[in-house]
Formats: sequence, C-alpha cells, structure tokens
Amino acid sequence: MNKQTVASTPHPVRRDNTGDEIRGSQAGTAPGLHKKKNCQVVIIGSGPSGIAAALALKQAGITDIVVLERETEPGGVPRHCGHPPFGLREHHRLLTGPQYARLNIKKLLESNIELYTRTTVTRLESGGLIRFTAPDKCGTIQADKVLLATGTRETPRAPRFVSGGRPLGICTTGTLQSMFYLKKLVPFCNPVIVGSEIVSFSALWTCAKAGIRPVAMLEENNRPQVAWPVALGGKLLGRGCPLLTGTRIITILGREQVSGVLIRDRHGREKELACDGVLFTGRFTPESSLAQLSHLDIDPASGCPMVDRQGRCSDPAYFAAGNVVHAPVTVAGTCWISGQRAGRQIARELSGR
Amino acid sequence: MRETDVAIIGGGVVGCAVARRCALEGARVILLEKAADILDGASKGNSAILHTGFDAPPDSLEWQCVQQGHQEYQEIHKELGLPLLKTGAMVVAWNEEEEARLEEVFNKGIKNQVDDLRMLNRQEILAMEPHLSGSVRAAIHIPREYVIDPWSAPLAYLLQAVENGGQALFNAPVTGGRHDGASWLLETPRGQVKASYVINCAGLYGDLVDQAVLGRAEFTIKPRKGQFVVYDKAARTLINSIILPVPSKRTKGIVLFPTIFGNMMVGPTAEEQDSRDDASVDEKTLRMLAQKGEAMLPALKDMPVTTTYAGIRPATEQPEYRICGDPERNWFTLGGIRSTGLTAALGLARYAFGLISKKCQNFTPLQSPVIPRVPNLAEHLPRDYTRPGYGEIVCHCEMVTRREIMAALEGKLPAGSLAGLKRRTRSTMGRCQGFYCSARLAELTKDRFDQPLGREGCDE
Repeated sequence: MNKQTVASTPHPVRRDNTGDEIRGSQAGTAPGLHKKKNCQVVIIGSGPSGIAAALALKQAGITDIVVLERETEPGGVPRHCGHPPFGLREHHRLLTGPQYARLNIKKLLESNIELYTRTTVTRLESGGLIRFTAPDKCGTIQADKVLLATGTRETPRAPRFVSGGRPLGICTTGTLQSMFYLKKLVPFCNPVIVGSEIVSFSALWTCAKAGIRPVAMLEENNRPQVAWPVALGGKLLGRGCPLLTGTRIITILGREQVSGVLIRDRHGREKELACDGVLFTGRFTPESSLAQLSHLDIDPASGCPMVDRQGRCSDPAYFAAGNVVHAPVTVAGTCWISGQRAGRQIARELSGR
Repeated sequence: MRETDVAIIGGGVVGCAVARRCALEGARVILLEKAADILDGASKGNSAILHTGFDAPPDSLEWQCVQQGHQEYQEIHKELGLPLLKTGAMVVAWNEEEEARLEEVFNKGIKNQVDDLRMLNRQEILAMEPHLSGSVRAAIHIPREYVIDPWSAPLAYLLQAVENGGQALFNAPVTGGRHDGASWLLETPRGQVKASYVINCAGLYGDLVDQAVLGRAEFTIKPRKGQFVVYDKAARTLINSIILPVPSKRTKGIVLFPTIFGNMMVGPTAEEQDSRDDASVDEKTLRMLAQKGEAMLPALKDMPVTTTYAGIRPATEQPEYRICGDPERNWFTLGGIRSTGLTAALGLARYAFGLISKKCQNFTPLQSPVIPRVPNLAEHLPRDYTRPGYGEIVCHCEMVTRREIMAALEGKLPAGSLAGLKRRTRSTMGRCQGFYCSARLAELTKDRFDQPLGREGCDE
C-alpha cells in the first residue's frame, strides 16, 4: 500500500529533516494551489527542463512561479535512471540520475519556488488558462505564461506493430527502471532487448543492477545506434549478452508470460530465442498529449507542439522546452539548457523587454 | 455441493446477461466461469457497438434479440451507471459497385423495422464527416447505432445478479456432468454444482462443454479472429459517427469507429483459425488495417497508435445463432453468438429465461431488485478524478485514480486478474501502455493475482 499519507490539498513539496530526501509532503505553509487563481508563470513538469526554466525565471526577477508535477515524486525521468553521467554541464558534478533529480529539486525549493506534486493538468485553454486536478480539488489557474516541460516517453510494443499475443513480460526501459528503482520489482529475468540507442544501454545497466540477464540485444539496423565506446561498455555490462545487428523481432511467443521471440536476421533467416520478456527501448515520442488535445499547433511529423525560435507555441501564452520539443530525445543536460532559454525568454516577455 | 435453480456456464456478456435476467425473475443462479475473471474469451475484444439490427437476417432470432437488447440497454443504462454515446452510424459506399448495393442494405433495414434510415449523398456525408476522404459516393445514415462500454456492461449485469442473490464461481470450468433424472450434476474443480436448469453460454467453448456433458454437440465452433488498431485520443475528433462499409455475406467488414473511452479504432478483420484462444496480432494485418483506415480518413496518417488487439468470435458452420442442447432435460445451449452478442445479450437472456419458464412457472420476479451502479469510464461523462478524495492518479494516460483501482480490487465481483483490473479501470490501456503506471500498479496489486506484473528478484 501507499506509504505516504494522502495529501488533503495539493501541497508544495518541502525538504524534510535530512535536507536530502524529497517527497510529496503533507502540511505546507504556502497556500493551497486551489486558492491561487492567477500567477505569472505555470511550469508543467518538474524534470530537468522545467526546473531549469523555473530557476532562470527566478534569477531574472520573476517570483510568481508555480511548478506542477503529476507524479508523487518530483524530478522527472532521471529519478529512475540509476546511473551516471548526469549533471556535468549544469552542476559541474558527476551524478547518477536520482542524485541529479534530488539536487535539482533541492535548488528549486531553496529558491522558494512553489512546487505541487500529484497535480495533473487536464486541459490547456487559450490564453494560458490551465485546468488541473489534484487528489482533493479540481480547479483552474490563469497564468500569464505557461511552459510545457512534459518530457518524452518510449514507444511501447503496440505502435511498433510487433506480431504475437499479449503475455506478461513486455515493457519499456522506463517501466523496467521505475519498477526496479522505485518499487524493487522486476518484470522478467531473461529478456531480449529491442534497440541499441543510448537508453538501451541504460536498460542494460539497470538489468545488471537488478540481476536480470538479457539473452540478446536486437538492432534492426546493421550497426548499433550509439558510438562504439558506449557499445563496448554495453558488451561488458551485458555479461555476454550478444548484440545482434540487422536483426528484427518478428513475433512474441507465450501465453501467460513471454516464452520466446521469433527473430529474423539480415539474411532473412528466422530463429527462435527463448526468453521470458521483451524490453522495448528507445524510439522516443514526445509526451505532448496535452498539447495535442488542445488548441496548440502540432508538428505532424514529430508530434511535438510547434514552437518558434524562442520556444513560443502557436498561442503566445504557451512555451515548450526540453524533450517535449526535442524529438526524438536528448540528454538531461540539453533539456536543462533548453529550459533555461525558455525561462529567460519568458522573463524578458513578462518584464516587457 | 452447491445447489441452484439455474447454472450458467460462461462469464462472457451472454452469460452475465442471462444470470441477471434469471436472478431478476426470481431464480437462484450460479454462474460458472473457467477463467479468474469475467470476459476472458470472445467478450474481451469486440467493437463495442450497440446495434439496431438493420442488417440482421430478417425475422431471425438474432434480429429479435438485437432489437430487444438495443431497447433494454437504453432502459437500464442510466440506473446501472452504464454509458451510451449516441454517435449514429453510416454505411458508406466507396465505389460504384458498393453504391449499387446500398439500396439492398436500405431495404433490408426497412424490413427489419429500422425505419429512421436515410440515404445521404456525397455533400451530406462530408457535411457530417468532414474528415472522410473525398472519394465517398453515398451512404445510409443509421441514427440509432450507438457506442457503449463493452466491459462495464457485462460487469453490471453480473453484479446485478450477484447483488440479488446470485453467485459467480471463477476458475470453475465445467469438466463433465450427468443428469440424475431430476437435476444436472456439473463437475468443476471448485466442486459439484446441482442445477435444475443449465444454460450453456460458453462461447468459444460452447461445443466442447456440450460434448463433455451431453456427449454430443450440434455445432462446431469455427474461431474467427478480428484484429483492431486503436488510435490516440487526438484522433477522436476526426469522426463523429461509426463508419461502416457496405457489408458482405461473411462479415460486416472493416469499420472506423469512436470508442466510449475517447479513442478511435479501425477493425476488425475476419480470419478463420483453429485456435480458440490465440488472440495474437500480426504486423502485416495491422499495417493493412492502418492503410485502410488512412484511405477512408486521410488525417489518420499523422495520428499515433495507442494499441492493437485481437478478439475471437465464436462463429460456427452456419451464420445464425445456434440454440440447441437437450431441452427435454432442461439443458439449453446458446451457441454461435458472434459480433452482435454485445447488443443481443439482454434479448437473448429474455429468450433463454423464456425457455425455462415454459417448463416451470414457479419463479416469482423480484419486486424491488437491488440496482447496483458500476463506475464510469466513459470519456464524455465525469470520471473519478473530477471528484475529490481520489488519492493519486496512478495511470496518467487514462487518468485512473488509486480510489478506482482499490475499488475494483474490492466488492462483490473484484478483479480476478490483471486483465480484469485493466478492463475495470483502464489502467495501462492508454498511450504509454504502462510506461508510467506499471511500477505503481505492480505495487498496488502485489500478491493479488496468480500472474503478477512484477516479482521481487531473479535467481542468479
């Protein structure tokens, strides 16, 4: 069951006594979000780009900022990337994902920026009116400017049109990592990994930590999608897990749990690989559904909200930064810079410069 | 040993509706389901359309049950908390040949007493459905074809049976049985069940159940798979109504339709296969479906796919419903209930109870039956997250709350499997397919199901 007490209103997150552990807390001194009718800037998402934007805004003298996070824990995807390298560019330190996420949140709270977790934006209306829901209150807030920093997610199995049934044991890196790092559970023990992007090697790292032994890594193209040092690292990490290039997954086998996959190599030869899971990695797609269901213009090719060079959306009250506009995906450090730029631009517009 | 008036074999939509009808008529009922939850067979994958019966075989039992089902659903949906999306449908002709066949479809509809049909020309179609490809030629508008929730409806039916004294036994396949001259004694791994009447609603396994107990079956199930592609909610605005093709003899063809959950779908195919439980999809077919969808609705090309799935229809050697069994000894089999089953179930339930009451007049209908409500999952009605006190949102894509999940795990018909939980709440069924919520869901359902989402570690 949930270890945390249910917050009775959307509350700002605060540091607890250790000054390190961050969690969606209960009592807050700041007024509840639903009492707030207006604010200068609403930032949707507390990943690297959202936090960088908030800090940049604060630095530029904007104080009335609200960061909304739908998850219970703030920090975004780095929370469950339990490995380095994070933070080199922005904090000049070599950190793991969770350390990096904690440091970001710490900086945010030290700047006295209001952060509300478990608060989900349900609709974007024109001119910066935001509809949200939190466990004990639905409401609206009118912002002068809104920044979409909703990030990205991997493409799961279904849109890839992979043949086969629907046994248990099919997931993406994000699912595996959040299951393992946040809940200490694993969905399989001997999966095949589909893809060889950077995130695929992050998945390999997680597998090694979780005691999961992948049976193979499959790459459709004839070479891995990352430079060789990473691939070499992958080889070491994978403890003998072969990288099969030019190889596609044809069919997923198994009734209750995955029992194997049918693969086809570059010569058209098919063979069965026994495994108990399929880990689909990468093929990132922007988490832009809020924008897609709103009045904002969407770039049909990438699915990202359309932005101009300043990061402005088709409605000038809206901006977007980070992975929601960096299709297909970029690293946390680049998202940080993207958020910073958007923050500075918003600050310029708000102060009429 | 359990004793009952009516034993119902199979927890698909037909079995659930029959259980409800018999319970409301005052019979003691036990529903026996082989899986850990309801809707594990044919009923888990259908098109979720409430049909008018405009294209049913005239004067058939199917036509009669579809009409009754359509009517009764509208009477009961509000009190049971079941959604109804009044989309209407159009049968669209895309070429000259199909256009020529429209008149036949129209006349059949009139014969079937669906008297509000209207012919539409190209301009009228495009005025109602501006995103359809300009190559449309003509259509028949069927205003009372609607969209419903294919999973909460049967759940509500069985829940009403259970709330009014009925029982449901899961993991209870009927493996054999005999008639002792007065009653049926059915064998299941959960023990023996003694029943005066048996209604076999075992769908894809209907013939096998008849064979196991009666020693013979009057029909053979010929499983027919239908694959579907589900598009993102962003695609929902592309159509207003259900877009049907001009039907062929064998199948209603590939349909474009909105779902009650705010998505848009393309499907189904009609593929004969031997397996009764292999609901696998295949890449070629899915690509074909997407292509067909895009041909009818060009803007689909840029729409993300949310998921794909397949359903299996319990077709038989003949197109009509197969009502058989051993009526002399009070065994009735409702076989061959295919795609119209979701609508027809309520009508079939009345028909089945009619077969029983012909033999026995001893049941007294309940005067004031309990009317349970099922939680709303429809996108056009207020969802749980709009009401305070929901705890947290566990599945962000489908906006499923912890309160909804915990409620689905409790009560008189708790989810018996992960699949059952998904159908009751929609968790993991959205665009990320579990990227965000699987971890939390695995935690919330730990030790609940035989097949858990996650385990605690791997043996080195």
